[in-house]
Amino acid sequence: MIKLESNWLDLRRLDDLANQKTFIHCLDPCTKLFTTLAFVMIVTSFSKYEITSLIPLTFYPIALMALGNLPYNHLLKRLVVIAPFVVFVGLFNPIFDQSPVANLGPLVISGGWISFISITIKLILTVTSALILVATTGINSICAALFRIGIPKPIVIQILFMYRYLHVLLEEFLITSQAYSLRSFHSSGIHYKAWGSLLGQLLLRTMARAQRIYQAMLCRGFDGEIRLLAMGMRTKRDNIYFVFWLAFFLFCRFLNIPQVLGKLLLEGF
Amino acid sequence: MHMADALISPIVGGAMWATTAGLASYAAKKVQRDIDEQKVPLMGVLGAFVFAAQMINFTIPGTGSSGHLGGGILLAILLGPHAAFLTIASILTVQALFFADGGLLALGCNIFNMGFLPCYIAYPLIYKPLTGSNPSQRRIMFGSIVASVIGLQLGAFGVVLETLFSGISELPFSTFVLLMQPIHFAIGLAEGLITAAVIGFVYQEAPHILKKAVLNQPLGATPIKKVLIVLFVLALFTGGTLSWFASTNPDGLEWSIFATSGEEEVQAADEVHGFFAQLQEKIAFLPDYNFKQPTPSDQPLIAKTESSKEAAWPSVDTGTSVAGISGSFITLVLAYFIAKGLQVAAKR
Amino acid sequence: MSHHTIDLTEVLYTYPDGTTALRNLSLHIGHGEAVAIVGSNGSGKTTLLSHLNGVLFPSSGIVNIGGYPVTKQTLTQIRRTVGMVFQNPDDQLFMPTVYDDVAFGPLNLGLPPIDVEKRVTAALKTVGALELRNRPPYRLSGGQKRAVAIATVLAMEPAILVMDEPTAALDPLARRQLINLLRTFTHTKIIATHDLDMVLDLCERTIILCNGTILMDGPTIDIFHDKKLLDQAGLEQPSSMQSCPICSKLG
Repeated sequence: MIKLESNWLDLRRLDDLANQKTFIHCLDPCTKLFTTLAFVMIVTSFSKYEITSLIPLTFYPIALMALGNLPYNHLLKRLVVIAPFVVFVGLFNPIFDQSPVANLGPLVISGGWISFISITIKLILTVTSALILVATTGINSICAALFRIGIPKPIVIQILFMYRYLHVLLEEFLITSQAYSLRSFHSSGIHYKAWGSLLGQLLLRTMARAQRIYQAMLCRGFDGEIRLLAMGMRTKRDNIYFVFWLAFFLFCRFLNIPQVLGKLLLEGF
Repeated sequence: MHMADALISPIVGGAMWATTAGLASYAAKKVQRDIDEQKVPLMGVLGAFVFAAQMINFTIPGTGSSGHLGGGILLAILLGPHAAFLTIASILTVQALFFADGGLLALGCNIFNMGFLPCYIAYPLIYKPLTGSNPSQRRIMFGSIVASVIGLQLGAFGVVLETLFSGISELPFSTFVLLMQPIHFAIGLAEGLITAAVIGFVYQEAPHILKKAVLNQPLGATPIKKVLIVLFVLALFTGGTLSWFASTNPDGLEWSIFATSGEEEVQAADEVHGFFAQLQEKIAFLPDYNFKQPTPSDQPLIAKTESSKEAAWPSVDTGTSVAGISGSFITLVLAYFIAKGLQVAAKR
Repeated sequence: MSHHTIDLTEVLYTYPDGTTALRNLSLHIGHGEAVAIVGSNGSGKTTLLSHLNGVLFPSSGIVNIGGYPVTKQTLTQIRRTVGMVFQNPDDQLFMPTVYDDVAFGPLNLGLPPIDVEKRVTAALKTVGALELRNRPPYRLSGGQKRAVAIATVLAMEPAILVMDEPTAALDPLARRQLINLLRTFTHTKIIATHDLDMVLDLCERTIILCNGTILMDGPTIDIFHDKKLLDQAGLEQPSSMQSCPICSKLG
């Protein structure tokens, strides 16, 4: 039940963050969507043995969190929740790939460890960039962007509807499961005897709700078509933003900045 | 079971995105053509239902662990495959955005694994034949258990293949399969039992809902199925072959393909490979992505065909790694201070 | 002006599961009237309201709105005339933001964007919720949700306003604000409710439903003075009309 509640709070938290009015928040949602996609493509395109070249890309999430006034801890908390599966799969790399590829003095590092670290960095970068997108844009604007770039309307409507009623149902489910746990004295989960009835009741109630919503829609002239209002405009500022980041990403992709910096440093001494 | 961005290559991610996008617009057309406009709110609310229900813990008797609702089969039973597919796609999209479950690039993979496979494979090919046109409660429950298990097995196998073709993880095919399939058999069984319990309840309390759902599904005659199977094979094929070149380190499965495929095919692959190498040099989108010099013991066959570019990693000496590490550190510090500066500037 | 009248003649409705909810019910509501429909749970209030704009069609009998029978052909016109405020605002507010939601109806009417904008702003202003326009519905309080739900209906500019339990789940202040708001409307109003104090404030006429038939139809004051009748319908005198227990003890 804790899961239900904490997820719901997380959802509301991100929603709050998306409601701010910083420079980043005011950009066109399409711009932010494309920038994020470009970032993820670039990050994942690095070879699995790449570490140093990935480091400069951390500038992107760090800068956006600063400009978008996003708290670091919230995004990092989410990261901790997500990490286990990826880290679990990644941890096999050091086991299966033991070919030595680098040495730091007496310490020999195998390819597996390098690729494991690379996976971890990629994980951090991709997860934070997705969360940043939603925390600076909000689901409604993202859906407006999806619609504008040609995603079929039923899909966009579906996401909007789903998200709208997610809030209602999460609250309802929370109350139901609290009512259940108040009267059950064993573990935290739902006993198998109540599986069908608890979830089934909720399902029937949900379907009845869908019926009522449909009637409410009909009462206001619904004819099978939902008309979305146009939203957002691409401006010069958006173009500059996108081009800047794209240039930065490509720069990071093709020039190993830390390597260059490090060489300069070592030569300096 | 979410596939994650960190474990896939852009080519696998992109191929699966393209496949999923095609499927989604097909499903959207189907749903739109469906005269039943009542489905608009129903899909939305049921999507929210599955999303929220997935967070409820169900105690598995005798194990002390807990299971969760899967949702794919349940939605397909209630909505039909097309609407169910779109509903799952919307759930996974919101999960990817808000909970970073999976990630944006992996979204295509995830929608395929958890949407396409249960809705368009397990439901029509397992559930429907098992339950028949005039199903009893028992058959419905049995069908939903089996379909859930098989759907999840396929999904888990999808994760294995996508990971493998991406070549980021070193897990050999056999090990990965042996890890994934049994775990997901247990998970699938729990999902199936929960789904069956819900469907059983609905059958008793409001049988008309299930009957209406059965009647309301003009699940296309064979041509659509054929189209879908062709699409499925195509997806596997494109994903597979493209990733072939993306993967720098072929292991178990790819070797077995190598062993079974004739010389000509390798030859053909070579030509394609050459084409890709040229293409990449031209557009320089993913340079050196798949041209890492493999360790000689690892894969002599590939090594021969690789264009022998300068490889960055295996030949790294201490000097370069020290430079790299200190440089990375400086970069991080720099990034931090620039961000701090931006923050101050933004607040003014 | 016959436009805003409601006529039900011998309306019978049976649900698919066999329950008969309305039994040969007839009534007439004239232009500009404010009518309360009261009755215990399951007396048929919601079913009756559902007939007024074609959410349900009678199994037998005729429903006339403004002189037109409610049929599949006249449905569009009927739904423009009759605005329905549902019991649970969450069922009515399905769009991503308040603005989108209020605009949903006018957009379906095919109005040009400028007119839609005008109507949305006017409707939100009427209910005092203009500053909420960019909020998602799940970020509203109960009273705000109710106000916005009413705005979504007002934006359709209906002649007749039908409301199901408008004061349910509202705190006293929000309830009072809502009553004051409803009092300003000149529409024909039909309100199904358990809140008899509100009825006393708003409606000059009351219809008591019992088991799908009209038990009593008359001036609110008269009906609320008839304790025996209220008892029979499973109702209780509004608290403002009951003699104060503390004062009566003192006296």
